[in-house]
Amino acid sequence: MKYCFLFITALLFTFSCVDPDKVVYDENARLPILGERAFVNGDTVYHTAPDFNFINQDSINITPDLFANRPYIVDYFFTTCPTICPRVKAEEIRVFDHFEKNPTLGFLSVSIDAGKDKVYKLKDYADKLGVGTPRWHFVTGDEDHIYDIANDFFHIAQKDPDAPGGFDHDGRLILIDKNKNIRAFCDGTDPKAVDIFIKDVEKLLREK
Amino acid sequence: MKNSIIYFLFIGATVLVSGNYACTISSPNKQGENLYLANCATCHGDNGEGLRNLYPPLADADYLKLHRSELSCIIKNGMTHPIVVNGKNFHMPMPAADKLNAVEIHNILNYICNSWDNEMEYFTPKEVESQLKKCQ
Ligand code: HEC
Repeated sequence: MKYCFLFITALLFTFSCVDPDKVVYDENARLPILGERAFVNGDTVYHTAPDFNFINQDSINITPDLFANRPYIVDYFFTTCPTICPRVKAEEIRVFDHFEKNPTLGFLSVSIDAGKDKVYKLKDYADKLGVGTPRWHFVTGDEDHIYDIANDFFHIAQKDPDAPGGFDHDGRLILIDKNKNIRAFCDGTDPKAVDIFIKDVEKLLREK
Repeated sequence: MKNSIIYFLFIGATVLVSGNYACTISSPNKQGENLYLANCATCHGDNGEGLRNLYPPLADADYLKLHRSELSCIIKNGMTHPIVVNGKNFHMPMPAADKLNAVEIHNILNYICNSWDNEMEYFTPKEVESQLKKCQ
């Protein structure tokens, strides 16, 4: 019986003492390459970000060429989203401001509401947030195209009349490197996760 | 055996006391705060700070005092017309919170109007009800 008390007490201590904030961030570990891999003729072929063709808030055509040889961050959103997007945008602005002095890092916010988010709406939205080109592109495009490639961007996006605002989607921020490989992601609604994500981006920018 | 009962009673009491204590000291209007965090904070911020020129602040906001009689309906029906808050222009649709009932709107109003440097007279249930009756 006595051992039982000791055991329970020890258990309580263990649960109360593990503090997720205290997990040490490993500055030296290389960021992994995420996604499925294939092996072709003895070589590993990694998952890459999809090709895309969008129009940004300045009516300019945006393809992966824009980000050739430089890293960028992708999120899916829509301007009238009543649930998670505003929080994600507030956090993403924090990331944007943090890397103010790194003009190579790009930002791509893909609207999943092609019906309502016309170019002028995206322009208005970017202006109100006080961010925009040349570093941050708010884009729209062909609706099917946007949904088709979401998966390859590690995003979930679909129309759902029952979801608030009419769309189901996640609030992830995805980090893509200069070789189009996906290297990190985080829940953009969680400031602590975004803090770690910022460290991941710093690490990527230090990579040779 | 008697010892084990005392042990568990002690643990239970500690958990209860610490839980209740946290509730009473953090906010006098816990329901208002929770409803605010669940329904409004995504846009207006956990501390009512708003987001740049997109979502207006509620913290220390002159709009609340100047438009006291409209606030219940703004929450219930949302709003779409251009407004000025603390000298800054805002124009962006705010969605209706039509799932909230009069009591919940009452609690939210008393929470925001007395948080973050807002110091307004408390709303009575009657005031909120009569505002809601007159919503367009
Ligand atoms: C989807 C984002 C969003 C949500 C959620 C939201 N609001 Fe708003 N709110 C806005 C916007 C945008 C405006 C400005 C409306 C305009 O320009 O006509 C606004 C304006 C206001 C105003 C008047 C201006 C000011 O700053 O004083 C009040 C009061 C207000 N909201 C309270 C609330 C409350 C309370 C809730 C929760 C029940 C809430 N809002 C939920 C976006 C939102």
